[in-house]
Amino acid sequence: MEVRGLRAGYGSNEVLKGVTARFLEKAVTAIIGPSGCGKSTLVRCLNRMHETAPGTTMSGQVVLYGRDVLSLDPVVLRRHVGMVFQRPNPFPNMSIFDNVASGLVLNGIAGGRSELEGRVEASLRQASLWDEVKDRLRRSALGLSGGQQQRLCIARALAVSPNVLLLDEPCSALDPIATARIEELVLELKKQLTIVIVTHNMQQAARVSDFTAFMLLGELVEFSATGTIFTKPSDKRTEDYVTGRFG
Amino acid sequence: MSAEALARPENRPALKAIPVAGPREQAGDRLFRWSLLLFALSVVVLAGLVAWKLIAGSLMTWKAFGWRFLFSSAWDPVNDKFGALPFIYGTLVSSALALLLALPLGAGSAIFLAELAPRRVSDVCTFLIELLAAVPSVILGLIGIFALAPFLSAVEPWLTKRLGFLPLFQGAPYGVGMLAAGIILALMILPYITIVSREVLLGVPRPLKEGVLALGATRWEMVTRVSLPYSAPGIAGAVFLSLGRALGETMAVTMVIGNTPKISASLFQPGYTMAAVIANELAEAVSDLHLQSLIAIGLTLFGVTILVNAAARLMLLRLSKRHS
Ligand SMILES: Nc1ncnc2c1ncn2[C@@H]1O[C@H](COP(=O)(O)OP(=O)(O)OP(=O)(O)O)[C@@H](O)[C@H]1O
Ligand SMILES: [Mg+2]
Repeated sequence: MEVRGLRAGYGSNEVLKGVTARFLEKAVTAIIGPSGCGKSTLVRCLNRMHETAPGTTMSGQVVLYGRDVLSLDPVVLRRHVGMVFQRPNPFPNMSIFDNVASGLVLNGIAGGRSELEGRVEASLRQASLWDEVKDRLRRSALGLSGGQQQRLCIARALAVSPNVLLLDEPCSALDPIATARIEELVLELKKQLTIVIVTHNMQQAARVSDFTAFMLLGELVEFSATGTIFTKPSDKRTEDYVTGRFG
Repeated sequence: MSAEALARPENRPALKAIPVAGPREQAGDRLFRWSLLLFALSVVVLAGLVAWKLIAGSLMTWKAFGWRFLFSSAWDPVNDKFGALPFIYGTLVSSALALLLALPLGAGSAIFLAELAPRRVSDVCTFLIELLAAVPSVILGLIGIFALAPFLSAVEPWLTKRLGFLPLFQGAPYGVGMLAAGIILALMILPYITIVSREVLLGVPRPLKEGVLALGATRWEMVTRVSLPYSAPGIAGAVFLSLGRALGETMAVTMVIGNTPKISASLFQPGYTMAAVIANELAEAVSDLHLQSLIAIGLTLFGVTILVNAAARLMLLRLSKRHS
């Protein structure tokens, strides 16, 4: 997956000012940068979520497997490019089970009842939520804690087995143990798919990612192998940021 | 004072000096609570007063006919025979018909206005619909008499030919009748249902909609799986209000329903409603029993409205329980 000269904004406020980057297959790319620099906006452009909000603008190219995503049906695109949002958003009118099953049902993936149950369990296990919810799958998803809701949303995105997974600060509401499990999951998943993960946690970026993109005020300052970014960055601003000398 | 100076213990206020709750605030809170309680109670008292007045004014009827008043179809002021059944029937059927017509139409337009139409188009349409809500019912009645009734009397024979095997569509095509009343009532409540439903749909949090879109849902799937279930209680609220309005509507219904106290299975036939008969006959009620029977009908209308609302609420409660 690739972006070329991507510009995006809200009304007259341009947030991304020409970003070019390549997210390699079967690799984890971390996006770091100060709050408000456009990380979420960039990620939301990748599955064309950005354009669903009123008043948004976008130009430049987003390419998936050699095809401009604008030429694809957004519904099909999003089925293949899964997303976990910065804030957990479980469906309040559905049970825990139905939340995870929703993507499968929508896309007509699971055939029978038992296959559906199997896939839901597998996804919940992957998101390391199964043990906590296996006795209350039929209860409302709103009865879960914030961190559990976040993992539920991860399970929901995993259930449809996407080719690309966009994770927008997936661990912001998680305790260290759950965070470690999600990181393990990311490392496990990257054997099969492309992962883009936004994070404010430098150690996390260093632990899970193969490549790191550093963004500042809507521009991509530096993009290289994670080891390079954290040990000998070529840009002064990157160095200041990763060493914590930067606001 | 610098931050360090503020942090020094001698510069912090002594614990004793921090009031737990100021006496002034406490008094204010109390005043606020009691006055709110008073307002809330006044609504209950008002409803009680209305009920009491209606009961006191209709004692003669209840003594003369008892419960049979509610189940009798006789309405014969000359011979002092009174029964409320045709009016109850007319009220319920015309309102149900109105709801049946207005709910899909209103919810459909609301979905269009909230989810599909560009914001500006949506706002202009909403303004026009709000104007529709401001049309006085007597005007709607006039439209009913001069436009709807002639139209219906032209259409009804056609319906009879196609669907005449159903008792609903049999009989002479008068134009005025139960169907006309239902349509006029639907016109009347349509703006409420549409506007409130649109507002509720617009209130569905964006993250939820994005969540389902990100899973590969089409817009239609987003509406049916997330937006509508989320808004159901709000839309139900609009329906309750509209139902109350339809049950009690007097003027427009009187003008188009035909004012005949008969129960007929056909929607083409004239009927009568509780509100309409009170408005039509109160001024010329000859005997005391006639007058008291009209008040008894008023009490019945009051009761029916409460019952219908309670039933609808109970249904909603069941529904939401099944969900969670
Ligand atoms: N819906 C919106 N409408 C208008 N402006 C927005 C909207 N969402 C984001 N912005 C603006 O776009 C800029 C980038 O926002 P974005 O959410 O991409 O930042 P971010 O890098 O993800 O920050 P954080 O780390 O805090 O999540 C911000 O300045 C913000 O004010
Ligand atoms: Mg963000």
